[in-house]
Amino acid sequence: MPLPYSEKVLEYFKHPKNVGKIENPDAKAKEGSPACGDMVTLYLKVDEKTKRITDIKFESFGCASNIATGSIITELAKGKTLEEAKKITWNDAAKELGGLPPVKVHCSVLAVDVLRAAIEDYEERHGLIKERVKTTKEIVFKRLKHVMNPLVGLDIVKTNIVKDIEIEDGTISVMMDVPRDHQFANNIEEEVKERLEHLWDIKKVEVVFEKE
Amino acid sequence: MKRVYLDNAATTLCDKRVVDAMIPFYTDKYAVASSQFSHSPGIESKEALDKARETIANKIGAKLEEVIFTSGATESNNMAIKGVAQANRTKGNHIITSSVEHRSVREAIESLEKEGFRVTKLPVSNEGFISVDDLKESIRKETILVSIQYANQETGTIQDIASIGSVCNEKSVIFHTDAALSFGRLPIDVKKEHIDLLSITAHLIHGPKGVGVLYIRDGIEIVKCMYGGFNEFNKRAGTENIPGIVGFAKAVELIGPEEIKYIKKLKKRLYDGITKRLDAVQLNGTQKESLPTILNLTFRFVEGESVILHLDMKGIAVITGSACFSRSLEPSYVLKAMGLSHEEAHGSIRFSFSRFNTEEEIDYTIDAVYDVVKKLREISPITPNK
Ligand SMILES: Cc1ncc(COP(=O)(O)O)c(C=O)c1O
Repeated sequence: MPLPYSEKVLEYFKHPKNVGKIENPDAKAKEGSPACGDMVTLYLKVDEKTKRITDIKFESFGCASNIATGSIITELAKGKTLEEAKKITWNDAAKELGGLPPVKVHCSVLAVDVLRAAIEDYEERHGLIKERVKTTKEIVFKRLKHVMNPLVGLDIVKTNIVKDIEIEDGTISVMMDVPRDHQFANNIEEEVKERLEHLWDIKKVEVVFEKE
Repeated sequence: MKRVYLDNAATTLCDKRVVDAMIPFYTDKYAVASSQFSHSPGIESKEALDKARETIANKIGAKLEEVIFTSGATESNNMAIKGVAQANRTKGNHIITSSVEHRSVREAIESLEKEGFRVTKLPVSNEGFISVDDLKESIRKETILVSIQYANQETGTIQDIASIGSVCNEKSVIFHTDAALSFGRLPIDVKKEHIDLLSITAHLIHGPKGVGVLYIRDGIEIVKCMYGGFNEFNKRAGTENIPGIVGFAKAVELIGPEEIKYIKKLKKRLYDGITKRLDAVQLNGTQKESLPTILNLTFRFVEGESVILHLDMKGIAVITGSACFSRSLEPSYVLKAMGLSHEEAHGSIRFSFSRFNTEEEIDYTIDAVYDVVKKLREISPITPNK
C-alpha cells in the first residue's frame, strides 16, 4: 500500500512499545497540549546510584509518527544513563524508524523533546540543576531548532525562516521570513509560541511575519 | 482484506450501469454535438446531449436552457461566483457567504476579495447553521451576490435554503448555492426555493468524475469564463463531454425512491452502534436537518489520523478533520467555525455512505471503531479514569 510511512513506523504504530503510566515515577514530563494538537507525556524510573533509566513509559494523544517516535525513543533510552539518554536526538529516532515524511516531523519531535524534559525534571527534583539563566538570543534560537518547517521537515532555524529575534522587557519578537498567508504560517506561529512562552522570564511572544 | 468504503462525500463508485451507458459515446457515437443542419452522427450526439439536459432540468425544476454543463462543481462554483461578480460590478461590490463553504466557493470568493470586492462571511451555530436574520441584516445596497451551500461537506448540516432564497428574492440579491452533496439526496426545486444559481456534480451520485452542471436562472447575467465558441447557450465554450453528460443523466435516473431511506438507516445504525458501545463520542453537526449520507463524530481523547490509519489497516476508508491530516497542519475550518476546539477537531472522523454500503459493513465498522478507539484511549494521556 502506498502509505507515506515506512514499515517500521507502521509496525511501531500498530504495536507501540512502553506505553502507559508509571506509578510514583522518579520524573515525568509533558510536551504539547490538547489545545494545540498533539500531546505526549513520559515517565521515568531512575536508579539513584548509577543514574540509569530502569523503566520508561509514555502516553500519546497524537498521530502515527508521534506514537512511533515515542516507542522508539523509549526503547533507545531504556537502560541508558541520564547523560547518555540526553544525547539521543531526533535524527537517531528518525534513522531507527527508516525516515519520516517531512510534514510529520513536527509531531515526532515532541516525542524526543519530552524525554529531554523528563530528564531535566529529574535533575531539578534531585538538585542537579544550576541557577536559572536569563533568556538570551542563543537560548531562543536553540529552542526554535525544535520547531519544524513542515514543508521540508527541517527546523525553522536551519531553513532560514527566522530572520531575527529581539528580546525586550520579557517580550520576545520572532521575525519570520515568510508571509502571513504562507501555507503553514498559523502552524509555525503556534509552535514558536509554545516553545518560548514557558521560559521563566518571558511574558509575551510575538511572531512577526513578512510585511506585516 | 475486506474493504469498506465510507468516504462517499469525497466521491462515489461510478455505477456499472452508468459506465455501460457511457461507453457507446466513446466507441460508436463519438461525433461532436452539432446543429440540425449538420451530419447525422452530429445530430445524434446533439439528441443525446439534449435528452441528458432534460433529465437534469426536470430533477431540479429548471428549464432546458438554464442547465449548463461544466467539468464539475468546482468549475460551476467558480463560474457562478466570478461570473456574477464581474457582470454586476457596476451595481455593487459586496458578497455574502458562509464560513463553512467548500474550498471551491471559499477560494473563488477570496480571489474576488483580492480584486477589491467586500465579503461578509456569516458565522454558523455550533450545529453548523447560519442565521437567516444575520443574513437579512448583512444585505446592503451594494450586495450583489449571496453564496451559501445547500448542505455541508463535513458535517452534513442542511441550511434553510428556502428561507435564504426568499430573503434574497425580497431584497433582489442574486442567490447561488453549492448543492454538490445535496443533489440526489434531497428534493431540490430551484423555482420554489428562489435559487438563481446552483452547482452540482455527477461523481457524488455514482456518475463519472469531471462532469457537473451550473443552473443559471433565466435572466441572470454572468460573464463568461471559458471563451472559444457558442456551446452551452454561449455561456461555456468547449466540446461537450457527451459520454460524461450521458453518464450524469443515467446516474440521476438510477436514484431509486428507496435509496435515501436505506442510506438513512445505515447512518442511524452506525451512530446507534457506536454510541451504545463507546462513551465520550460527540456528534458534530445536528440531529435535525442533516444529510443522510454524512455522519461526523468526535472520539474524545484520541487523534484522528491515528484512528483512520488503524481503520485503513482494517480496510475501512474514512477521513478526519484533524490538523495532522490536513495539508496546512490546521484543523478543519468547518469544525473550527462551528466552535469546536482544536482538541475536538483532532478526534473527528467523517463517515459517509452510499447505496453500495451494506448493514454488514456497518456492523464491521462499529466493531473496528470500538477496537481502535479503545486501544488509542488506553495510550492517551488525557483519557480520564482509564
Ligand atoms: C460541497 C462540494 N462542493 C464542490 C465540490 C467539488 O466538486 P467537483 O469535484 O465536481 O469539482 C465538492 C466535491 O466533493 C463538494 O463536496
